[in-house]
Amino acid sequence: MSENIEKTACEASKKMLEKAAELEQETAFTRVEKQKGCAFGEAGTCCRICAMGPCRINPKKPEEGQGVCGATVDTIVARNFARMIAGGSAAHSDHGRAVAETFIMAAKGEAPGYEIKDRMKLLEVAADLGVEIGERSIEDIAVDVGEKCLEMFGQAEGEITFAERAPEPRKALWRELGVFPRAIDREVVEIMHRTSIGVDQDYKNIMLQGARCALADGWGGSMIATELQDIMFGTPVPLESSINLGVLKDDEVNIILHGHEPLLSEMVVLAAGLPEMQEKAKAVGANGINLAGICCTANEILTRHGVPIAGNVLQQELAILTGAVEAMVVDVQCVYQAIGQLSGCVHTKIITTSPKAKMPHAMHIEFHESDAIESAKKIVSVAIDNYKNRGKTDIPDNKERLIAGFNHEYVNYMLGGRYRASYRPLNDAVIDGRIRGVVGVVGCNNPRVPHDAIHIQVVRELIANGCLVLMTGCAAQSVAKAGLMLPEVAREICPQGLYEVCEAVGIPPVLHCGSCVDNSRLLIAATAMVKEGGLGEDISDLPLAGCAPEWMSEKAIAIGQYFVASGFYVVFGVKWPTLGSPDMTDYLFEQYRDVYKATWDYEPDPEKMVGKILSHIDSKREALGIAAKRERVLFDMAMRRELQI
Amino acid sequence: MSRIIATAAIKGAHKEVATARRMFNETIEAAGATAKVEFPNTAYYLPIIYGMTGVKVEKVEDMAKVLDLCNDLLPPVPRATHWVPYLGHTVDAGMATLFAGEIIEACKYVTSPPVDDIWLGAADDVIMRERGVEFVDGSAPGFCALTGVASSPEMADQIVVDLQQKNLYIWMSGHVNDATITDQLMKMDRQLGWDTRIVPYGKEMSSTVYSLGFAARAAMSFGGATPGDYSKILRYNKNRIFAFVLALDYVDDQKYAYAAGAINYGFPTIANTDIPQILPTGICTYEHVVSGVAEEEIVQKCVEVRGLKIQVTKVPIPMAYGPAFEGERIRKEDMYLQFGGNITPAFEYVRMLDLDQVTDNKIEVVGPEIDDVEPGSALPLGIVVEVAGRKMQEDFESILERQCHHLINGAEGIWHMGQRDIVWTRISKKARDKGFKIHHYGDILHAKLLAEFPAIVDKVQVTIYTNPEDVAKWEATAREAYHYRDVKTAGMTDEAVDTFYSCTLCQSFAPTHVCVITPERLGLCGAYNWLDGKAAYEIDPTGPNQPIKKGNTLDEAKGMWDNVNTFVKDNSGGNLEKFNAYSMMEDPMTSCGCFECIVAFLPLANGAMIVNREHSGDTPCGMSFSSLAGSVGGGAQTPGFIGIGKVYITSKKFISADGGFQRVVWMPKALKETLREQLAKRCEEMGDPDFINKIADEDVGTTEEEILPWLEQVGHPALTMDPMLS
Repeated sequence: MSENIEKTACEASKKMLEKAAELEQETAFTRVEKQKGCAFGEAGTCCRICAMGPCRINPKKPEEGQGVCGATVDTIVARNFARMIAGGSAAHSDHGRAVAETFIMAAKGEAPGYEIKDRMKLLEVAADLGVEIGERSIEDIAVDVGEKCLEMFGQAEGEITFAERAPEPRKALWRELGVFPRAIDREVVEIMHRTSIGVDQDYKNIMLQGARCALADGWGGSMIATELQDIMFGTPVPLESSINLGVLKDDEVNIILHGHEPLLSEMVVLAAGLPEMQEKAKAVGANGINLAGICCTANEILTRHGVPIAGNVLQQELAILTGAVEAMVVDVQCVYQAIGQLSGCVHTKIITTSPKAKMPHAMHIEFHESDAIESAKKIVSVAIDNYKNRGKTDIPDNKERLIAGFNHEYVNYMLGGRYRASYRPLNDAVIDGRIRGVVGVVGCNNPRVPHDAIHIQVVRELIANGCLVLMTGCAAQSVAKAGLMLPEVAREICPQGLYEVCEAVGIPPVLHCGSCVDNSRLLIAATAMVKEGGLGEDISDLPLAGCAPEWMSEKAIAIGQYFVASGFYVVFGVKWPTLGSPDMTDYLFEQYRDVYKATWDYEPDPEKMVGKILSHIDSKREALGIAAKRERVLFDMAMRRELQI
Repeated sequence: MSRIIATAAIKGAHKEVATARRMFNETIEAAGATAKVEFPNTAYYLPIIYGMTGVKVEKVEDMAKVLDLCNDLLPPVPRATHWVPYLGHTVDAGMATLFAGEIIEACKYVTSPPVDDIWLGAADDVIMRERGVEFVDGSAPGFCALTGVASSPEMADQIVVDLQQKNLYIWMSGHVNDATITDQLMKMDRQLGWDTRIVPYGKEMSSTVYSLGFAARAAMSFGGATPGDYSKILRYNKNRIFAFVLALDYVDDQKYAYAAGAINYGFPTIANTDIPQILPTGICTYEHVVSGVAEEEIVQKCVEVRGLKIQVTKVPIPMAYGPAFEGERIRKEDMYLQFGGNITPAFEYVRMLDLDQVTDNKIEVVGPEIDDVEPGSALPLGIVVEVAGRKMQEDFESILERQCHHLINGAEGIWHMGQRDIVWTRISKKARDKGFKIHHYGDILHAKLLAEFPAIVDKVQVTIYTNPEDVAKWEATAREAYHYRDVKTAGMTDEAVDTFYSCTLCQSFAPTHVCVITPERLGLCGAYNWLDGKAAYEIDPTGPNQPIKKGNTLDEAKGMWDNVNTFVKDNSGGNLEKFNAYSMMEDPMTSCGCFECIVAFLPLANGAMIVNREHSGDTPCGMSFSSLAGSVGGGAQTPGFIGIGKVYITSKKFISADGGFQRVVWMPKALKETLREQLAKRCEEMGDPDFINKIADEDVGTTEEEILPWLEQVGHPALTMDPMLS
């Protein structure tokens, strides 16, 4: 038991880990102990890009080692780091591409079940992309929007249009540095090229391409995914739902949706609600069909449909261990191969759906956008049919309520209603000091640190210190399980100023902003803060920070890099993959200040991480001249004439 | 807690929308779906709805789609636990309430207008334009939407006088258990109405829409916001019109709902009761709701919460002082003492002296004081104001003299009209009871002239004569001065000067509009002539009135000069390339929206019509003043239409490039009457003394077709002049 306390802060997970122990079943929590980790790999000093190696540089004496080709530790570390960025960017962006392709089919009427739900957002995005609106039909506009987005992946020349949304000084800086992203695929390819044997051997130069590729993710692939998903499935608005393994139901067919792309899960939600499916479930003796999500798919269907969340990425095996899951439907990213093996012990069927992602011990039902509903019905039917095979169940009774579904559009609305929508109240609250700063806390879970515990501690301390916290991904789920995404929390934990803001607007101090591709929403929000005025001219002027306290995926590195290159100070926890090269690390942690006016940082200790974030925020407040209490300015007529209308 | 406010406001909104729907159904029943819907004499339909949505509600049935929009806006009531954000919802609920309120009031206008001896109902466009200008130039910083009831009539009076002294309009609506602050003020014998800026709109809370509808119209007429551009209309109000809601006594759900509507405009609510507060800022400039403020301090708190800086010159008199009191009337039976008005001689005369000849603040009454006479008496009066200042000029004497009227009139309990030797002024019994002396006329003029003209006036001394001999002697001196000035002004022509003055005071509202003021063409608002421009420049060298060197004449007849073109271009943000001072057909002057009159081309008559803003009827160009104003204002050049000051009609340069005054084929009767004397003189000069009788008016007709035969009958010259449209 005491061992499990150290492993996770999540009560439901503790119970399931005990069950796993009883069954002598391995999970990520136990496998991690057997994988002690390679010291070279961990320091980023192992080079495996050609057959002259692998070459390893002793991280304790980095200056002494060289690869066979002569590569220095700086080059090796930078190559490895850049390749993580490429991997992460590729993942988000390929997701974005799939969405764009489906979007075009939907607009052309070739994908029954998909539609253009948020027309207002379509028109806004169309305007940003320079798509003619005029008197054209919604469908025609949508086709053009989809094609413009798809173009961004492979266009031969030009720049990624969405990156035009960034503040002017930031764009000027990118152009000056030569990191303004050109085409999404191209930037990934160029990283792979430049980090292959004998190409780019200047770590700073490698990292310029690293930044360009990451920007192509944040302002390209990820943003395309988010924007087009919003248009197709609706831009989320806040709603209440519940989270943790306790959402599974003993008397219903439980289907868990796990992975990342909402293309499939949206259709499963639709299919599960069909009367014929409900009837079918009744016919096998179940009281209904209960959907629940895991990982980022969970965030997508939570924020758009209120579908409860069973857990975050580290709970995927634990959910199966409840014995109550008829099917776990997966698509891409963060799906542990272990679940396939695990399904041999219980009745749960693992259903892979993407031609890009298959695994042993799983059933593959390929999902086709052109026939989405039928694919989805087939998947739901498999789950229903499997209900009869269910044995003893063991569903922990832990679940918590949460409010989710925040994003740029809703923040704009919630601060002034339909007629006075703006970021002014947010900027005012920051200027007044009611909100000390805004912090994005994002990322994964990692069994090398206590599951959820770091997230909860960081977030709790941030809000206790007056910061508004925006969250995505599995990090958001950690904190939601601890009850911090409820509006009542503001009164209990926050200082007076932040409490007043939360109370005025009716928000929790911790806002759930979606999945990991939705980190692009934070870029848009930060840009909106700059454009609203009063807080400097660029994102790097804002009292903002980002952190990923329990990260594990390459996607986190890509996200972190596009945040830094966009002007956010970013701190990562757990471990840091460049420590083998003091120069490269110094470049990212210190010299980046002169390059991007923002730096990377690494701090595994949650308390110290919060300390670093707060001191960064306070230094920005100082620089903006808003560290002291704002005086009340009274306006005479001449001063009123100066005010913009 | 904000959630309590949100809950109350949203509940109130649901109720108000339900009431609107019920009244809509009843009105259809009573008057039919196609019955006409309108507030009196406005071109802005139901102005909040029109401003926010662009929807013109002209018939009862048009309300249906607005009610649908209300339903769409109405959010659910916030939950008691685990609520979702409610601020946006609350503000939307407020907007739905305002739409509903306008429908409720408009339904009343269809069946039984909500107007009686006390309640005034909707303000028409004449009032809106007249008063709206004060919001534009800052003479009224904003308004107080006052609702509820004070703890006593005395407290009500104190609060309202305090607001008046801060130059704010006081617009009242709503009640608490049938008690209203309006009743309290009437008990205190306070004069209510537009003249005193204390306006009782209506007893029901729904009449609050008249306040917010006024604000919406101000943004559309002066701010150049197009109907439906809600964002601009609301931001305009937040940053230009410093209004707020003052809620006295119990605040129920309905009042919360209207307060939420006001928040859309950036107008906060300040309450004396202990309701919850919304302190973070953003939609409003500062706090959104502040409560629990003692009545004694509430006006000061309102001003602070709205972020309003009001500089009030302390005038050393025993009564209140402010422009709001200019509209007070003093009936004969309430009068203690009067001067002038054809009963006794009375005049005012301002002259400049050298600095060493004036002793600042020397105020002397020569003759009887108020205590020396019986109630109801009349005395002769001569007010001689002597000013000195390093930058004072003889030309400014008449400007300062003209100020005497409104400066004196601003005192509570004092009434004043006229100028020069046709002055008529009264002191009320109430003022006398409070200790007002004739001497105080001098105190007012001393304090205000120094405060308002600090750049040109350094010293002021005032001698007030109240004995017949001195009055007669000084009146003769004054008359000589008046005559001298008249001769000088008459000789002042555009050709005689090398410098004109700009006026860009209204640019905050109409950013591309530039007024060019010449000796023979005053500003279109009628408030600034060339001398005023010159003085204003002296007073504030970086202000909105700048000298414009004419430069080379490009077209003498049309009135085009190269430097003027450059100035206009630079100061209109490049919007205007060139400008003709004397033509309405080619590159005419732009209009902000403050114009006293509009001149419009009538193609069939080959002439022009003039309509003044007080005229509410139709005109031969097919539009009323209000409708015309909508298309002429906003800082755009619209050939065929110009906005002008009344006095320009009597100028030799009046559309002289297009044929001049002889082009005028139609004017409202009242306008002719107002200008009869000067127009007669103008006709003499033109060599056609009978011309004025050839100008049609509303009795002849209100369409071109109606007036044409008449024009032919009287032989109007325009019919045979060169085509106006070349």
